Amino acid sequence: METSALIMMITVQGTVTLLTGYFFYKVLKTPPKPKPDSFSENDDYPIRKPLED
Amino acid sequence: MTEVKENWGSRVGLILAMAGNAVGLGNFLRFPIKAVQNGGGEFIIPYLVCFLLMGLPLLFVEWGMGRYGGKFGDHSTPFILDNMTKRKFWKYFGVFGIFTNFGVIAYYTYIESWTLAYVWESIKGTFIGMDINNVSHYFDQYVDINDGVINLPWKALGFFVVTLAINIWILSKGLSGGVEKAAKIAMPLLLIFGAFLAFKGLSMGNTGACADCDATMAFNFLWEPNFNGLWNFKTWLEAAGQVFFTLSVGMGTIQCYASYIKYRDDIALNAMSAGWMNEFVEIVLGASVVIPIAVGYLGMEWVQNNAGFMMAFKTMPYLFDQWGAVSNVIFGVFWFGLLFFAGVTSSLAMGTPWMGFMEHEFEWGRKKSAIVFGIIVFILALPTILFFQQGVFDEYDYWTGTVSLVVFALAEVILFGWIFGIDKAWKEITHGADIRVPIIFKFFIKWVTPIFIMLVFIGALIKPKNDDWGIAWNSLTSGNGWIFDKGSILHQLFRFGEKTIWFENGHPTGTFFIDMSRLLLVLTFAGIAYLVHIASKRRENKIPIEHND
Repeated sequence: METSALIMMITVQGTVTLLTGYFFYKVLKTPPKPKPDSFSENDDYPIRKPLED
Repeated sequence: MTEVKENWGSRVGLILAMAGNAVGLGNFLRFPIKAVQNGGGEFIIPYLVCFLLMGLPLLFVEWGMGRYGGKFGDHSTPFILDNMTKRKFWKYFGVFGIFTNFGVIAYYTYIESWTLAYVWESIKGTFIGMDINNVSHYFDQYVDINDGVINLPWKALGFFVVTLAINIWILSKGLSGGVEKAAKIAMPLLLIFGAFLAFKGLSMGNTGACADCDATMAFNFLWEPNFNGLWNFKTWLEAAGQVFFTLSVGMGTIQCYASYIKYRDDIALNAMSAGWMNEFVEIVLGASVVIPIAVGYLGMEWVQNNAGFMMAFKTMPYLFDQWGAVSNVIFGVFWFGLLFFAGVTSSLAMGTPWMGFMEHEFEWGRKKSAIVFGIIVFILALPTILFFQQGVFDEYDYWTGTVSLVVFALAEVILFGWIFGIDKAWKEITHGADIRVPIIFKFFIKWVTPIFIMLVFIGALIKPKNDDWGIAWNSLTSGNGWIFDKGSILHQLFRFGEKTIWFENGHPTGTFFIDMSRLLLVLTFAGIAYLVHIASKRRENKIPIEHND
């Protein structure tokens, strides 16, 4: 394989693989957000709210 | 609108489902073929630039819009868009986010059913000992309407019904019980099958089957850096189109999935994780399978002259046979199984905007929503099966799988970055983020991405004959008018210089089938728009919304 093609392939595929691995690892290692402890912080309301200006 | 019934079971499940939505047939077929058609190494740099400047910002936009909509109980684009602006017409733009999925899934499920049929035929050993002409002929026969007992492609129809039934069954199980479970099974299997095939492609080398039958030549062609593509407008358009297609942006599926995320939860890291996972499958696995293996046995010249979407079906079984009868079966199952899993995870995503819309706006149950969805898809898909050779399949792909995506993506990025406002939009994207989103994306979303998409749209609108912009420009400036390509949107709409003839000698022409399929698509759009109108009235009666305009 041509050296320039090999360098390009390894650089691009390596970067993509590393970024994919890094972000997925971060997803696995990030602890879930704590549930809100007050009514005003609770975002689980199922109704539609009027638009703010 | 109503009580939120659906939820994601786990964050990993969400990422796999979202990546599964993006990872589809395009990763393994469209990307390598587009790369070959656009000069290999010439294509890769514009493609990567488009991914960074257009793909990633659009992912942030769609995840942000989705979670914002979910905060108010909206799970489909008509009301997600409606909730972001005071202008009422935006909800009708949101119809694209349901309509596109119907149009795409109608032909996409048909392709999916081919992969299922080919898995079955591979297991049966149908392709063992076939030469390339026989393999190619087998496919033509499979989709030929005149091949059945009473002039119907029964086998194709049967596999299509089974594939559609699988999709409906999974959809009826809901998000965590159906879609998420399917993604958790399909995505790892897809990665294993893909890695196995990619390893085979990477390790093939020179097979000696012909003078230029060397897989290394394929890698040289695909990866040799060539900066000529940077000055070629067509290459940029093709690269941008591929980024659209591969990330499933502009369809309304990402918004729908993201609308089931709790508002306090992250979307930035999720978007990056799912987006890069798709790129891994496309750039690392997709680029290392079909083209290198085909070059290994058919030669570089043959592949450059014959590269096309149907290569997966018309050549791969023959190529696997070169490794022996057992390998023919094993690799056939791996390759078509991989395509099937890639297809299913995407088609399930296409079903969810409708499910979300009917469940939350009309209080339909999952089963009812899924069955009605299946019936509509079956009706829309029948013409693509029965009149495949007349171009109905390609017509669906053109209007729903290409034009609609660009139109909707352009509309949503303008809405999010300009009308909703870039500052509010940025707050939405970064709210609860588990990573620090580079501030440059704020600039991209406001300026670069809309301009990029606008250029793509204009490029498709007035695409010149043979993609030769120089000749078309010279013709225009010399007073002879713009020379449109037959594939340009304007030519497709107005058929410059062509007569529309529906019947010849008492028989319908190809134009008749094309126009009828367009009518069907228009009626589908109108039907969904009417449902949105009814849903809107129901909302006004139930919960009056006080806008200050």
